[in-house]
Amino acid sequence: MTSLLEMRSITKTFPGVKALDQVNLDVKEGEIHAICGENGAGKSTLMKVLSGVYPAGSYDGQIHFDGQLAEFCTISDSEEKGIIIIHQELALVPLLSIAENLFLGNERASNGVINWRDTFQRTEALLKKVGLKEAPSTLIEKMGVGKQQLVEIAKALSKEVRLLILDEPTAALSESDSQALLDLMLELKSQGVTQIIISHKLNEVRRVADTVTVIRDGTSVSTMSAASGEITEDRIVRDMVGRDMSDRYPARPRNPSEVLMEVKNWNVWHPEHADRQMITDVSFDVRKGEVVGIAGLMGSGRTELAMSIFGRSYGRNISGEVTLNGKLTDVSRIDRAIAAGLAYVTEDRKSLGLVLDEDIRTNITLANLDEVSRAGVINEHEETQVSEKYRKAMNIRTPSVFQKVVNLSGGNQQKVVLSKWLFAEPEVLILDEPTRGIDVGAKFEIYGIINELAAQGKGVVMISSELPELLGMCDRIYVMNEGELVGELTAEEASQERIMSLIVTE
Amino acid sequence: MEQVNNKSLGAYFKHHMREYGLLIALIAIMVFFQFMTDGTLLKPVNITNLFLQNSYIIIMALGMLVVIVSGNIDLSVGSVMGFVGAFAAVMVVEWGVPVSVTIVASLVVGIIIGAAQGYFVAYWKIPSFIVTLAGMLVFRGLSLWLLEGQSVGPFPKSFQLLSTGFIPDIVPAGVSSMFAEIAGTRNFNVLAMAIGIIAVAIIIWIGLRDRAHNAQYGIEGEPKAFFIARNAIVAGALLFVMFKLATFRGLPNVLISMVVLTVIYAFLTANTTIGRRIYALGGNEKAAKLSGIKTERLMFLSFVNMGLLAALAGLIFAARLNTATPKAGFAVELDVIAAVFIGGASMSGGSGKIIGAVVGAFIMGVMNNGMSILGIGIDYQQVIKGLVLLAAVFFDVYNKNKQG
Repeated sequence: MTSLLEMRSITKTFPGVKALDQVNLDVKEGEIHAICGENGAGKSTLMKVLSGVYPAGSYDGQIHFDGQLAEFCTISDSEEKGIIIIHQELALVPLLSIAENLFLGNERASNGVINWRDTFQRTEALLKKVGLKEAPSTLIEKMGVGKQQLVEIAKALSKEVRLLILDEPTAALSESDSQALLDLMLELKSQGVTQIIISHKLNEVRRVADTVTVIRDGTSVSTMSAASGEITEDRIVRDMVGRDMSDRYPARPRNPSEVLMEVKNWNVWHPEHADRQMITDVSFDVRKGEVVGIAGLMGSGRTELAMSIFGRSYGRNISGEVTLNGKLTDVSRIDRAIAAGLAYVTEDRKSLGLVLDEDIRTNITLANLDEVSRAGVINEHEETQVSEKYRKAMNIRTPSVFQKVVNLSGGNQQKVVLSKWLFAEPEVLILDEPTRGIDVGAKFEIYGIINELAAQGKGVVMISSELPELLGMCDRIYVMNEGELVGELTAEEASQERIMSLIVTE
Repeated sequence: MEQVNNKSLGAYFKHHMREYGLLIALIAIMVFFQFMTDGTLLKPVNITNLFLQNSYIIIMALGMLVVIVSGNIDLSVGSVMGFVGAFAAVMVVEWGVPVSVTIVASLVVGIIIGAAQGYFVAYWKIPSFIVTLAGMLVFRGLSLWLLEGQSVGPFPKSFQLLSTGFIPDIVPAGVSSMFAEIAGTRNFNVLAMAIGIIAVAIIIWIGLRDRAHNAQYGIEGEPKAFFIARNAIVAGALLFVMFKLATFRGLPNVLISMVVLTVIYAFLTANTTIGRRIYALGGNEKAAKLSGIKTERLMFLSFVNMGLLAALAGLIFAARLNTATPKAGFAVELDVIAAVFIGGASMSGGSGKIIGAVVGAFIMGVMNNGMSILGIGIDYQQVIKGLVLLAAVFFDVYNKNKQG
């Protein structure tokens, strides 16, 4: 078999970070090639390099496509050559029909007038090809995610596709939809369509892939082929996580005491799709002075769990109990949850955690403004003192607390969010991806703050996609998958392999 | 050393271009029209008129600022103002209800209207543009229906005092005529001048106290030169206006209510928890909500407040015209909204100041007044006002882009 795509020594640096380091990828004509790796390993960056999102010249290394040196400057350059990516977040217009979506930007038209007969005929042919039994005039909005995924593939097929790239195609699909999609991939393969699948689900990878490339920390660490029987889940997991753990995590005395918060039989449904259960029967607890981790892949329901507990800020038809210090507690509204002693540090600090155009001071006092007010009048000097105190304690690097937070780096912004919640004096802090997108130095500082909180007897729930971080910080780790807890490991028992295998052997 | 200092002054000015720019623009516009109208603009009688003419715009701009800061807009204020004026006229003139009862009832009607619109915006998440566009049509229609297409008036004397009354002087006539002689004018209202002097003293005292506090906490404040210059301009302008008013009929009642309301709203927005939370709501609704702020209730209250102020504006407007007409308040919402945006508020919410909205309203008011004195046709007036609004907002965006 000849190579359709060869990526040689791809290196891509962002200011301060080497996202890709000498990555090699070799995709043969007509095969299904899987790319595996942890979140943040560099898979998406690699695909962006391939598709021209990062134009030629912004990275080092060479791409050969179909025997020719390829230098894509835009996405349309790569699409012209037949490289089509289907992203995790589907790019369909919900209020347009299947037919309209399929030919969006590529309309069957002459002189700007659309030929609907031709459009619908072609749509029907394409839908048949992907096995979707829907009328071409059906609105995207009326269909489930699984069917939408098929429409995306049909859209790809409507163009001259040479290489179809599917980024986590089954992440949002149910079991049966996933199976149907995998079958379709095999069917397309038999028709000669070369495909790349990016997936965390190793059973799926094993089922469809002819070749697997594992990427870790921005480098390609191994390539294995099904023909020679090299693909095993164990080996993929080992290659994905196989990095040594150094002392990137500050030590703390570990002596959790009595149970502080307990969540029992927590159930949550999707806020819009009322029939979709997002969290199923989750129960867990946190002790005083304990850091509890929640591991799981993106989309496993970790954030949904945290937000639904925190004043029902996510989901509907929520049922279950929350007890704090042994007492049943009302956390059904955000202000009540805060008053009861809960704090939630969001994973999306820019859009959910901060008022970016306001200064540091305003952001720090926002969740507990009454503390610096008398009869509804803010004492600005007290407010300034409080925020100064946190600026120093948290080492927020800025000349003054009157700096707008939009001008701060990610790490310093995160410290502002943490300050806000510490000022609200919570007993339990739920930290959702507390170190996402911040540099190593700031990460270490934030770990120090978390340890400090635990030492003060607070309970910390830490949600993270970075397994090493959880292993380094937590006393206990719950593993979550598809809205359920699938395991609980003590610090001693936990390892990346064990967590990964709990997730992937679902 | 000197150069470094100059540089930092320049940098400070650039950074606060918006605030100083607004003040400078107002002064420039006033000087321009003063010159073009051969001094008519700043004649005592015209200054008094300026306040009377613009009071209702300024009062509504206070509420509109709050609504816009919270990330919404209210297109219905002109209609609501007209409707409340009509309601009051019918009550007083046709039904003979006492003035005091009418005033209270009218304000309650304003609150109810605001609550009704706020309910749909805050709790049903219907865009405020749509809800208040509906309100604009509904209340325009209702005032026509109430007035049966006719003008209703005149109001009793006590009602007219809402707008056209003046605060009587407190000193004996002999003393004021003595001052009048010194000033070389026909009459002189000592109270007005005294209040002007006291106001200047308070402004300077508060300014100095804040500076001292800031220095104490190591907060970098306004450079001294700017502080002195700004206060000198404000104090000079204030004393000048008060002197002019004193030589005419003294302080109009409306001016007092306007100033008191402005001070209250400036305090509410800048110094209270509710104000702070409204800015947070407009700046990032989701983050505010996740910080435990009851965003829906605040949004609701901002519309209730707007309804109340629109009702007050309606009463003042009706009192000034001494009649309620079906046309009252027509297109006034546009002037109010323009004033707020000229004053530096952002369409996306979260920023804007009361004082900016008030200055914005005065800029519009002075232009209206000046152009009318010059006899410029209503056609050109509209064009010029539109261009000024665009220029002000462009200036904002341009500055923001340049700051990166």
